[in-house]
Amino acid sequence: MMHTLHSLLETASRPHGGGDLLVLAILLPIVALLLIVLTGGRFGRAITLASLVPGLFITGAIAHRVWTTRTALVERVGGWEPPLGLMLRADGLSVLMLVTTALLVAAVALYAPRDFRVPAGAPETRTSLVFWVMLLAIWASLNSIFLGHDLFNLYVALELIAFAAIPLVYLEGKKGTVMAGLRYLLFALMGSMLYLLGTALLYSHYGTMDLTRLAAAVNRDWVVALSVALMTVGLMAKTALFPMHLWLPPAHSGATPAASALLSALVVKGSFFLILRIWFDLAPAFTGTPGAQAVGVLGAGAVLICGVLAVRQTRLKLLIAYSTAAQIGYLFLIFPLAKGAGFERALSGGVFHILSHGFAKASMFMTAGMIVAACGHDRLAELRGVMKTMPVATIAFVLAALSLVGVPPTGGFIAKGQLLSSAVLSAQWPWVVVILAGGLLTGAYMFRALSSCISPAPLSFQPLAPVSRIREWLVLALAVIALWIGMFPGVTTRTLEIGRPAPLEARP
Amino acid sequence: MSEAILHGGLILLFLAVAATSVFTRDTFSAITAFIVYGLLLGLAWVALGSIDVALTEAALGGGITGALLLRAASRLRHADHAAETRRTGPASHGLAALACAGLTAALIVLVLSLPHPAPSLAPLAMEALPATHVGNPVTGVLLAFRAWDTFLETVVLVLALVAIWGLTSDAMWGGRPGPVQIPEPDGNLAFLARLLPPFGVLIAIYLFWVGADEPGGKFQAGTLLAAMWLLTLQAGLIDAPVLSRLRLRLAIVLGPLVFAGIGLLGLVVSSGLFAYPPGFVKACILLIEAASTVSIGVTLCLLVLGPPERPATP
Repeated sequence: MMHTLHSLLETASRPHGGGDLLVLAILLPIVALLLIVLTGGRFGRAITLASLVPGLFITGAIAHRVWTTRTALVERVGGWEPPLGLMLRADGLSVLMLVTTALLVAAVALYAPRDFRVPAGAPETRTSLVFWVMLLAIWASLNSIFLGHDLFNLYVALELIAFAAIPLVYLEGKKGTVMAGLRYLLFALMGSMLYLLGTALLYSHYGTMDLTRLAAAVNRDWVVALSVALMTVGLMAKTALFPMHLWLPPAHSGATPAASALLSALVVKGSFFLILRIWFDLAPAFTGTPGAQAVGVLGAGAVLICGVLAVRQTRLKLLIAYSTAAQIGYLFLIFPLAKGAGFERALSGGVFHILSHGFAKASMFMTAGMIVAACGHDRLAELRGVMKTMPVATIAFVLAALSLVGVPPTGGFIAKGQLLSSAVLSAQWPWVVVILAGGLLTGAYMFRALSSCISPAPLSFQPLAPVSRIREWLVLALAVIALWIGMFPGVTTRTLEIGRPAPLEARP
Repeated sequence: MSEAILHGGLILLFLAVAATSVFTRDTFSAITAFIVYGLLLGLAWVALGSIDVALTEAALGGGITGALLLRAASRLRHADHAAETRRTGPASHGLAALACAGLTAALIVLVLSLPHPAPSLAPLAMEALPATHVGNPVTGVLLAFRAWDTFLETVVLVLALVAIWGLTSDAMWGGRPGPVQIPEPDGNLAFLARLLPPFGVLIAIYLFWVGADEPGGKFQAGTLLAAMWLLTLQAGLIDAPVLSRLRLRLAIVLGPLVFAGIGLLGLVVSSGLFAYPPGFVKACILLIEAASTVSIGVTLCLLVLGPPERPATP
């Protein structure tokens, strides 16, 4: 053990080494989850918390390495050179996602133990085993998606994340959640098949699945166009883009709060991240084309229609879930916007949106969980005054809402500002209208949620269970990160530049 | 010429069995046709010269998938009746037919457009194979060149099992899966369940061992082990295991844990994670395959048995 640690530190300190860290970032949560399956759910919490420390350390080491050398970190797993072997690669974009994921997983792991206690004397419970195993599985599979540099390896990562996310949907065992999980499974499987078909098509024409090699080889012809289309549609189904969003609201709102936070803040971003990789790294020639405009129209549909649906919800968790379906729409606007002078702005706007929405939405679902714990329900009309019992969480909820709406100086403001300016730079005015209208809708549903929770309490209101102070500070920390991203945007943009392909010359 | 007739006959048989599976209204007949389809697909792979894929297709596509479907169908027997009364309209039928026809047309165009000869990594894999000391290029790809993918796939199997267990009710946690089987000591099933397992286990060990140099390997061997276990369970000779037993859990995670352990060892004794120590490459691969065979066998069997649904002690 000491030897392993020692040689690990040695590898990490070599000037061009450190690639092993990328494998470890995926391997560590996997070993931890296997140990939980072995020893039982009773030890789930302890093993997860114990793995957080080295996990955060590995993530930090990768970030530090990439940030100081300002080049991407690569690892040929097992020493086999692609195209025969497969490569893991951490560029600036991967680092941003790795750090976000590690922080959110840590927050969820600290938030969750209250809900998954194993009663004294019982060897384990159903929920304790499934939750801790799947939490670590989501961590491993997301890291695998962010670091993968081979289309088939990324397919395996997609399989992992589907099997990790779906059980979290029906974890509570309430009526309807199994149905929601099944629906999610069907969408996810259809998405996987389409992605695999696109991958097979590319392999049969180019003889490699390595992203760098493919990017150098692909032409702007119909084979590549069809592969990109197949993979994009498959991944859209997994990302729940309108009109394939139907599975998301029941799945995300029916899950247990810690799980909802993971699903809404992170899991849908995993499949979206692959769309980013495909459009911006593999075949950047397709952004701004009519096909990309069509993707953008679906995104606009999500922003507007799911936004209106969110305003009409009468339950808090469903409102937040519809808000996720609406906010996902913004991410798909970047494909038509990434055109000519707007290319870089569109990408960075999308990344700011992924990060700030991730932190804000996790904070919000966790707060909703605390509200349900205090009231026993989440009917908006009857939530008056509940926030009085949790002042710190109230501040968190307001901050998170401001970030979603895009009020300065939050991360959401930078995201929407970048998207707007890329729309202006590429002279695509209709998208400006969509972005602004979406902001108004977000403001409307967030106001609805807040106004019912914050309005004065009836004198008789007593929370069902004491409010956890740890949870309050956790949700505040997440909301503050969403704010911090907007106050220091340079950190994100300077990281995002690392390891990107050279900027394409402005295209017509 | 005779090959063309053989292939043509196989293709016609294919279409007939596929059509039976799709158009039969009775669930069990449809599944039976599907199992036959899986076995035929195995034959098709033999015709194409891919013995490894053929074995896997027959074992997993025909065998385990068939068993899973039969199990699901027997659980859904009551729901079947409800499905009968809720027929879908001609509009949705037409839409489905259109979508399928479109996909088929797209696939036909795609296959016809493939470059000749298709670019392939096979020559490169053959060239690098001596470095792995195994003779079967498929094993070389699965356990050396792309061992990382294979490792992640073994983890997917564990997650799928935990996901299925999660479907049970809290009260049944810690219980046994599947219905109680009443043994018939003199029945045919009991006779087969006593006769076949020794041979099955022996063949499984052979498949695992030969997989290093010839077609075979952990998935085919593991499927056979699962089948033998299911047979003895079905005959009522033994009871399904209690799912929280430590020994059972160990059998489930043994494969991925050994894989991860050897992968980690590469950091100390070789050039990096998941790099095998020089001179011990084949030994490492065999060790991983052996542990994985056990885990795959146990996990596949438990996947068919399903979530715990009765107490550990009646």
